[in-house]
Amino acid sequence: MSSAALLEVEDLTLHRGGNRILDHVTLSLAPGETLALVGESGAGKSTIATALMGLLGPKDARIEGHARLEGQGELLGMPERRWSKLRGRRLSMIFQDAGSALNPCFTVGRQLVTVLRRNLGLSRTAARARALELFERVGINDAEARLSAYPHQLSGGMQQRVMVAIALACNPDLLFADEPTSALDVTIQAQIIRLILDETRTRGASCIFVLHDLALASQSCDRIVVLYAGQVVESGVTAEILEAPRHPYTAQLKSCVLEIGTRDLDPPEGSVGSYAAMPKGCRFARRCPRALPRCAEERPPLVPAPDGDRALACWNPL
Amino acid sequence: MAAVTDMDSPTPAPAAATGPGRRSSLFLRRPFFTIALLATLAYVGAAVFAPWVAPYDPVQQSIDAMMAPPGPAHWLGTDSYGQDILSRIIYGARYALVIGLCSVLIGAAGGLVIGLAAGLAGGWVEWALMRVIDSILALPSLIMAVAFIAILGQGVDKVVIAVGLSMIGPFARTVRADVMQVRVQLYIEAARLMSIPRWQVIARHVLPNVVFPLAVQVTIRISEAILVSSSLSFLGIGVTPPTPDWGLMIAEGRGFVAFAPWMSAMPGLALALLLIALSILGDGIREEYDPKLRGGS
Amino acid sequence: MTDMAPGTAARPEQPVFELLDVEKVFQVRPPGSIFSRRTVGLPALDGVRLKVRRGASVALVGESGSGKSTLLRVLLGLDEPTNGRALYNARPIGEMRRAGPAFARDVAMVYQDARGSIDPRMNVGAAIAEPLRHFGIVPPGEIPGRIAELLDRVGLSPDTALRYVSGLSGGQVRRVAIARALASEPSVLVADEAVSGLDVSTQAQLLNLLRRLQREMGLTLLFITHDLGVASYLCEEIAIMYLGRIVETGPTDAVLAAPAHPYSAALRKAAPEFSAPITEPLPGEIPSPLNLPKGCRFAGRCPRAAADCRDVDPELRSHGAGRMVACLHPLDAP
Repeated sequence: MSSAALLEVEDLTLHRGGNRILDHVTLSLAPGETLALVGESGAGKSTIATALMGLLGPKDARIEGHARLEGQGELLGMPERRWSKLRGRRLSMIFQDAGSALNPCFTVGRQLVTVLRRNLGLSRTAARARALELFERVGINDAEARLSAYPHQLSGGMQQRVMVAIALACNPDLLFADEPTSALDVTIQAQIIRLILDETRTRGASCIFVLHDLALASQSCDRIVVLYAGQVVESGVTAEILEAPRHPYTAQLKSCVLEIGTRDLDPPEGSVGSYAAMPKGCRFARRCPRALPRCAEERPPLVPAPDGDRALACWNPL
Repeated sequence: MAAVTDMDSPTPAPAAATGPGRRSSLFLRRPFFTIALLATLAYVGAAVFAPWVAPYDPVQQSIDAMMAPPGPAHWLGTDSYGQDILSRIIYGARYALVIGLCSVLIGAAGGLVIGLAAGLAGGWVEWALMRVIDSILALPSLIMAVAFIAILGQGVDKVVIAVGLSMIGPFARTVRADVMQVRVQLYIEAARLMSIPRWQVIARHVLPNVVFPLAVQVTIRISEAILVSSSLSFLGIGVTPPTPDWGLMIAEGRGFVAFAPWMSAMPGLALALLLIALSILGDGIREEYDPKLRGGS
Repeated sequence: MTDMAPGTAARPEQPVFELLDVEKVFQVRPPGSIFSRRTVGLPALDGVRLKVRRGASVALVGESGSGKSTLLRVLLGLDEPTNGRALYNARPIGEMRRAGPAFARDVAMVYQDARGSIDPRMNVGAAIAEPLRHFGIVPPGEIPGRIAELLDRVGLSPDTALRYVSGLSGGQVRRVAIARALASEPSVLVADEAVSGLDVSTQAQLLNLLRRLQREMGLTLLFITHDLGVASYLCEEIAIMYLGRIVETGPTDAVLAAPAHPYSAALRKAAPEFSAPITEPLPGEIPSPLNLPKGCRFAGRCPRAAADCRDVDPELRSHGAGRMVACLHPLDAP
């Protein structure tokens, strides 16, 4: 899929405050595909998204590696001027907390109209008509009236719908959704995930979800990338990975997921620990039940598996 | 279900970087803070050891050396009575620091009592107290201090009380704001849920969480108190001559600015440097120890 | 829950908590009125009936706006019901709370915001010592030993006592909060979303800890959660709330295997599940309790709503073994 890829990330490494937050992250995404970045807090999932949105300046972090967007070329190292042309038009993002991502001083309609006018150069009336249409599309009832509502007058679910409308306003090729539903109730969560999936699918856009919920990832994404402490440990087609995880961490993560009727959980001991004290090799080695002596010393490369479309970084896979 | 019992493990200590012990030295991280601290210590040292450090008696007048410019005999020159300015500045540090500290403590104590009362009582008590404080705050503290001096009379002790009283308002306001903020914290509700008596909750949970920010406020406001007390002296209604007070010295030099500028400039510089040092010190302490500014926790 | 298992039904056992048609109405300003002093009643709880047996583990499940937080405050005696009776061991909860520390000692609480529930200027040891001293659990000389014991019981090392919550991880803080709640040797543990917002492995560790503690200490566990998976893992009984009312109760397994109330069924379907496609979600959002419909409050979103649902407000009625449901047309009628 290398030639047809929409986005190709190769050895993305990110240092912040002397710590290596991302360590040679490699992933690729085909047009129209949905990908989930999964892992526990501190795994670097959101950092990948913010780095690929160009939201981390040289003052925030030192970024190395490559990220190529189809038709655009290398993203990393671009000046802010070019990033800002890309954001909103080809790349856009939905944040976890829509309530604080929306500007409380302006009506949601005005925020959407501003985006439409700036990025698509629409006239005021055309932008307003388009905004109304978008609101209706994302399932906002009484869209006309809601356009002149302020964010705080809307429920969390409605705010997230507005965010989706703004993010999709200019038909981006790639949408990042950073835990878009973790602040919402479960019934609303199902609504929003479906909305994002439906909307990206009809536009042929790709979507990268950042999720901590493996079950939700399995329901919503074609492919997953499992991260541990800034390293990709396993990636591939969701169903294949979850059917038969080969990395011990993926297996553990899956075993911790609580479903209705789960009787016993067997969580791994301890926690991720400090970035300052990571082993040289595989960062999971310290907690891995299958760790070999070489695991802590030598970093296992992310190698494509011969069987099927997946990649694995482990010296002693299941 | 036997497996359930043996898997519950302690999570190991998280990033050591968050612990207080492993942070790099405060002095290395904050060079300006360190300089300010050293400068303040120099002033304190001068105040404490004034009789040994000062080259001359601060009130010894000398007819041969009136308005002598800075030179080898009198490093910072002399004033119109021939008194050595350096010695007067060194002794003046005593007055500045003692007046500053004592008056701030008076202000903080008064502010703590009123602020706590207002913040905890609520209802009309709070309303009445806050309206009084609002009306006090409507006037600058210097004007308030002048008013108190007018009632109390002059002298070092009167200045301390006057400046202290003038600072109660701002202190009371910040204490009340802190009380209001602490009062709604979950740990207060948790204590209430444990049926811990109200006074114990106040003593154990409200007070410590209010006193600490207050202590930070004290360090910040010392410089304000010194400035107000010096201003009183400058206006001629604070301490009385020949006390070596900086404000007084600046005032005395005022008439000679054209031909003996050092008379006002030197104590002015001493005052300015101390105020700057204290401000940096206060800000540093606040940023270092105030959990609200530290973020995270 | 009413007489849950057939075995216990014969023994008229005193429930720990009993709520009889509890209503709680808050006086609020209607939205949009800034200058008017007029207030309207907002019914946060409306006719809640609940029995909690001694030693039971009960999950209170509902989405935001369901009234579960208000119900929690009523159970803890922090809010008095506007109408109806809230009883603890057959005596009104408010009266029990005013009567002295016995109620506070017996009913301990673990907050969702565990970090905020512990004084940031107290170290962990001091925070745990507070209830030990306040309730006189052990003589002062034995307090350090008891602190170490409690920390050990929740899986923390004894030197945690010297640390502050700001330096602990989310999972560790929850453990500290549990240790502190257990300090007073309570018989009832009330936990409000005690495992939410954590990583799955940390959540699993805590769930196992809570389950072990509940079994070993014979605690009555009241667990407020939005997560059906957590409810099914931890609690034998479940009460599902919607808009200030309990719409379905019963044994967790039975209720989740075949929900009778359409809202329970929707919640059940919305819970993420491996490799199941995301189902057609429940339409709309929870309406404001300020303008409740005349009939069933769920009728507006209910896929099964019939004409009578909009006229008749259904009562909580028996629905098979140990189960109750408030629905005119329940699913899978026995």
